[in-house]
Amino acid sequence: MKTSHFPHLILGLTLAFLYVPILFLVVNSFNEAKFSSTWGGFSLHWYRDLFSPKNRDIWEAAQRSIWIATVSSLVSMVLGTLSACALHWYRTRLQRFHYGLVYLPVIIPDLLMGISLLLFFAALGIKLGTGTILLAHITFCTSFVTVVVLGRLQGFDQSVLFAARDLGATRIVAIRRILLPLLAPGIIAGGLLCFTLSIDDFVITFFVSGPGSTTLPLKIYSMVKHSRELPLINALSTLLLTLTFLIVWWSQKLTSKSTITSTSTE
Amino acid sequence: MNPRKRDELILTGPTLAWLLFFFAIPALAMVAISFRPTTPYGGVGEGVSLDAWKALGNRHYPLILWRTVWLSVVTTVVCLAISLPIVYLLGKMQGRWRAILLVLVIIPFWTNFVIRVAAWRVLLHPEGIVRQTLISWGIIEPDTLLLYHEGAVLMVMVYTYLPFAILPLYAAAERFDFGLMEAARDLGASGFAAFSKVFIPGISRGLATATMLVLIPALGSYLIPDLVGGPGGEMIGNKIAQRTLGDRNLPQAATLSVALLIITLIPLFAISHLNRRERRGAIAG
Repeated sequence: MKTSHFPHLILGLTLAFLYVPILFLVVNSFNEAKFSSTWGGFSLHWYRDLFSPKNRDIWEAAQRSIWIATVSSLVSMVLGTLSACALHWYRTRLQRFHYGLVYLPVIIPDLLMGISLLLFFAALGIKLGTGTILLAHITFCTSFVTVVVLGRLQGFDQSVLFAARDLGATRIVAIRRILLPLLAPGIIAGGLLCFTLSIDDFVITFFVSGPGSTTLPLKIYSMVKHSRELPLINALSTLLLTLTFLIVWWSQKLTSKSTITSTSTE
Repeated sequence: MNPRKRDELILTGPTLAWLLFFFAIPALAMVAISFRPTTPYGGVGEGVSLDAWKALGNRHYPLILWRTVWLSVVTTVVCLAISLPIVYLLGKMQGRWRAILLVLVIIPFWTNFVIRVAAWRVLLHPEGIVRQTLISWGIIEPDTLLLYHEGAVLMVMVYTYLPFAILPLYAAAERFDFGLMEAARDLGASGFAAFSKVFIPGISRGLATATMLVLIPALGSYLIPDLVGGPGGEMIGNKIAQRTLGDRNLPQAATLSVALLIITLIPLFAISHLNRRERRGAIAG
């Protein structure tokens, strides 16, 4: 059979398309010249600038982002797990309504969620700031955690729970010793997803943030929008990229190890 | 109350209450505010007014709504057209290379969204390397701008949403039986006929998911047209932000948002309708 090379060509071009802007950022972060159209020689100038005291607000924004992502992951891990159990174990009209309410925030554009929360907070006279960002992030994160944990629940054999109960385990013991350990990979995966979504979120945060509650994406946005300190953004992006690679590599190792242990115990 | 019902309420209660309070009620409030008058101080007035809805008909809103829809539809079509040959290739591949290529496709997706859009803004900037090179090679005229028009928005939207198309299509292609393609070729179908009449129908569920995952966020784009679009590439999201944060006409922002919500629900219902019909067809056939 004659095979066409057309798909190979498309794949190659697509990978180039995906990587050119990113490589451009990385290369330029080491460029001494202020404007990216010329190469002024290799330099760590922009990295030094990034860590200088005059750019402390970037790191403050980063700290705020990490704090918001951590708190919203933890809260939505609890809410999402409760919600997934309810959706998996009960088939009532209430659960059909619950299901719709959980899925809508995942489906509709995030812009709509941002604007509706802004109007809501404005109507109630709630002051915008870190608190309102946190409320918004918990709301969309909960839906994502629910979806992930629900997937995990559908994947394992429920009879182990009944077996534990038949063998005399109390409800609390069955939940703590059987259910939670089995669900843990799903809950952690949901939490990690939530952390990345929260730390990456621009649109919703943009609408519900107030003065003095700038997160890292908002800070980067204002630097880009006013075309100020663009080389600093290159350096910051390169650092973030490296961090992402390390986290992904580490979580990949973690999940491959946990699959091995879970199959060996089964 | 029986214990089973009580347990259900304990499990459902916290999340349901949270989502009602921070998702359902704000959404309903948005619809309600769209029927309110605006006050000179940027607030929401008392009583009922259709001013904001009437304003959708005049000025430049119809043009922007239309541009939002067509840019999103073209983005979806381009994303699907690029993804189909790629997932076909990945689906047929075996072992190590398949995993490596898939990860390579997803990695840009892990980069911060604002940074990805910003990279394009720097790349296409009037003083940037791409424009200067194209001018020096004589490919474009010296007064041609690469940024601030619909074309730039389209390209960056495709860049951003491509993984949303590739992943569900790959999941479908992975389950597809490529033996069917060989059978079609043996029976005399051309390569293209086998691709379009056997492979594409075989991954139709993945196509429906990919369409939704690209089209819906594309309709709600704000950051991309804001950073690379300029006035000629504005979408509905930009108008919503301007009415909210710029001149603070909240009822108008609410109306535009409800219009966007309605536009978003159309493909959603269409696809769930198609899925239901297909399932019924599968049972009948």
